[in-house]
Amino acid sequence: MFNNIQEFYNMLPMIIIGAGILVSIVIEMYSRKSEELIAWFSVFIFIAAAIYSLLTVNSTSIILQGMLATGGNVNILYFIFNFGAAIVTLLSLDYIKKYGTYYGEYYILLQSSVLGMMFMAGAKDLFMIFLGLELMSICFYALAGINRKRLNANEASLKYFLLGAFATGFVVYGIALIFGTAQTTSIDLIVAKFQELSGNLLFIAGILLFVIGFSFKIAAFPFHMWVPDVYQGSATTIAGLFSTGGKAAAFSALIVTVGAIFSSTIGNLFEPYLIVISVFSMLIGSIVAIAQEDIKRMLAYSSISHAGYMIIGFAAGNSEGLAGIIFYLAAYTFMNLGAFGIIALIEGKDETNLSIKSYAGLSHRNPLLAALLSVFMFSLAGIPPFAGFFGKYYIFIAAIKAELTWLAILGVVSSAISVYFYLRIVVLMYFKDAEFEISLEKSNTGLFAVIVSALLVIALGVAPGSVINLISSFF
Amino acid sequence: MENNYLIPYLLLAPFIGGVLVLFINKNKENLIRYFGLAVSLIVFIISLIIYFDFDNADGGFQFLYRFSWIENLNISFYVGVDGLSLLLVLLTTFLTPLTLLSSWSSIDKKVKEFTFFMLMLELGMLGVFVSLDMFLFYIFWEAMLIPMYFIIGIWGGKQRIYASIKFFIYTMFGSLLMLVAIIWLAVYASSSLGYFTTDLVELYKVGPTVPKTIQNYMFLAFAFSFAIKVPLFPLHTWLPDAHVEAPTAGSVILAGVLLKMGTYGLLRFCLPLFPQSSISFAPAISVLAVIGIIYGALVAMVQKDMKKLVAYSSVAHLGFVVLGIFAMNLEAVQGAVIQMINHGLSTGALFILVGVIYERTHTREISEYGGIAKIVPIYAFALLFASLSSVGLPGLNGFIGEFLILLGSFKSTVLNNIWFTVFAASGVIFAAVYLLWMYQRVAFGEVKNPMMNELKDMTKREMLVLLPIFVFIVWIGIYPSTFLKVSEKTVRNILEQVETPHKAELK
Repeated sequence: MFNNIQEFYNMLPMIIIGAGILVSIVIEMYSRKSEELIAWFSVFIFIAAAIYSLLTVNSTSIILQGMLATGGNVNILYFIFNFGAAIVTLLSLDYIKKYGTYYGEYYILLQSSVLGMMFMAGAKDLFMIFLGLELMSICFYALAGINRKRLNANEASLKYFLLGAFATGFVVYGIALIFGTAQTTSIDLIVAKFQELSGNLLFIAGILLFVIGFSFKIAAFPFHMWVPDVYQGSATTIAGLFSTGGKAAAFSALIVTVGAIFSSTIGNLFEPYLIVISVFSMLIGSIVAIAQEDIKRMLAYSSISHAGYMIIGFAAGNSEGLAGIIFYLAAYTFMNLGAFGIIALIEGKDETNLSIKSYAGLSHRNPLLAALLSVFMFSLAGIPPFAGFFGKYYIFIAAIKAELTWLAILGVVSSAISVYFYLRIVVLMYFKDAEFEISLEKSNTGLFAVIVSALLVIALGVAPGSVINLISSFF
Repeated sequence: MENNYLIPYLLLAPFIGGVLVLFINKNKENLIRYFGLAVSLIVFIISLIIYFDFDNADGGFQFLYRFSWIENLNISFYVGVDGLSLLLVLLTTFLTPLTLLSSWSSIDKKVKEFTFFMLMLELGMLGVFVSLDMFLFYIFWEAMLIPMYFIIGIWGGKQRIYASIKFFIYTMFGSLLMLVAIIWLAVYASSSLGYFTTDLVELYKVGPTVPKTIQNYMFLAFAFSFAIKVPLFPLHTWLPDAHVEAPTAGSVILAGVLLKMGTYGLLRFCLPLFPQSSISFAPAISVLAVIGIIYGALVAMVQKDMKKLVAYSSVAHLGFVVLGIFAMNLEAVQGAVIQMINHGLSTGALFILVGVIYERTHTREISEYGGIAKIVPIYAFALLFASLSSVGLPGLNGFIGEFLILLGSFKSTVLNNIWFTVFAASGVIFAAVYLLWMYQRVAFGEVKNPMMNELKDMTKREMLVLLPIFVFIVWIGIYPSTFLKVSEKTVRNILEQVETPHKAELK
């Protein structure tokens, strides 16, 4: 199976997670306190895989007969997925008791979805991508509806499944057309054939279908309709995972596959399409979010608009754009997980305290949570010195270098609009008094996870230099 | 290049102080107040050290400190001061301890948070004035909104939420367009310099070479952002709301320093980076400035609320500053610089005085007062003094600034039209009308409101706050060259950047 021992070392992050899943299943079968045990075990394997990926970031190689790439940005993405999943797990420890899904399966599904994400990010073959996509998506469908007694969760799960399956159909059809014209599913071989295939209508249609299928997963216009309902219906921690890990995985699949196309000459063909979905995602996300009264729906629309900013990176099609997307993904993962984490901490039993009004006067009740949520809101709004600002800055540099200045201007207009609804939360927390009392349950692990996210958001904002250097050295 | 650590210390002091405040028990309010005051005094002392070491004969940037920050984009933590920024740094460090002292008793809830935000605000303002890298500048420029937003929103008046959001979104929108222009300029510079950079000193060389049409767009993006901050008519509508709703300390900082960030930006970025565009837009902007002078004065005249009156007077005064900047000769720009300082002192003093009386009576309606000169003579004197300084009485500071600006704009070859001066000069008369009329209604006449008989005069602490301001008001009025000579060489350098294209145009 392995050509040499180095291959084994290079794919160790996947082996850790894969073996972890098997061990977890065994623990689930034999242990009575499996919920807690598996949770801590998950944290352990996620952190181990994350740290290992970061340490071996420089050992780039292509392994498993040209199926998987390791090292470089792939490992950075592995770090994002695994670290994000560790934060989700820490948040879930107390949350799932409130939510009524105190099962060990919860964590096993979480681990499997992360494995799917890693397949997508490292793929060197279209089949690998499809395998990863399905593994991740099916776990996600199940996670969305994990509490089968809740009507909302059922609706979310079914909606997600039907639309998701439809979108996967697009991806498969796209892959079929690409295979039919290029006679290969290896990404490198397809890239080599770009020039001769660029006139082939079926090939172009295949790529377009592929991109459309993924724009569903990244929650971009016009395939964004499912996002608010699914985020609202599923457990808060899971919604956090959908909006960060799931989105990051879909973006990474686009980077490894069509990223190369967008930066080539035939990329101009797709530029208008990318610009349109980027502009509409940004503006629809920012404008509709203003009208939301449910904080999870608000963050869902904000997640649509953030997808729009990241697509600017594809539209720009230069190395800054792609590096910018990866940085943005890192920043977005931690600030959004932090925000969802605080929602999960504040949420009461039976999905109460989810309206924006529940946040009124939070600074009196719990100054620490209010301060942390403000950090995430300011970062999401793209205000320095937090990570979200630098992500946008880098993406805008890419756009202006690609002579898409007006797209950058639309980006800043959308940011200015979005400031309103992010600030509304801060206004409620600090400037208004509580209209009704809510009881806050303590969760030390959850609080710890949120603090770690906040520190990362600040660190990535104040000292983005080394991270951006690392990312762009691989392009 | 030798790194000089004075400016990093200047920035670190309020930052470390602010973080330390968070660790003090929130019930020890007096300790927090003294600590905040001590930190701001340390910052003031550091700025004084910079002032005494400053070489007036050198027009370039001094006390440079560079630390490579984001290598990939050539962004460095690059700070330094020249004559222009030094004066504004001194104004900031001078006003911050005074505002902390002035809010000693008026801020009685969440003292800890207040002190923290005030110190962070000071950090942001100082950062704006000392940044020599446009990325760094932008970070401070935006980040500074956060503490100000909280200061208005938490400690403000009834409409504070509306005012704070309006303030935030207004300024944020303007500055985001500037962000695009900054990146565009840096990308443009990378083709002529060979690398991407936001280093201001290097961009000074590139800016004037940008083709005229594009320069116009970029000038507008920058000028729009600064004009909102100044605020230039018709972008001033956020100002009265923010001023009236902010607590006294917020108003003083807002008027004293924040508005200067706009005029500082015009001088630091717009003129030297885009000289051709600055010249061609000078008449248009000067028209807006003159409209602002007259409009601000007329609206101030009819205000019933003392604080709103002072707020609108800011629109008028800042109109003078902008007119001076775009007259683009030595007298006018020097006048504008000194007028920035003047406005910070006299309007700051006026806001403090309004705050002092509001704390006692809880009303700012002019009609509620009358005849208080008999009851609180010291207060009445202080109010008169600050008003006269704001009016521009010869011998006090306001006169020097307005005189230089009017003189400069009269002979300006860029504006080349005496009507600007004629109309602007009428603003001086209006200023006398609204301020002295306000003073007359408040201080003289019969005591209408029986509540006023119980009014207590200024406390020692309040006098201590105003005394240093009054000293400088007289100092600038009598011997302005102490301050003029600091900025003279720098202003000459900035004007040199503009003169070359202007002379070419005249030929």
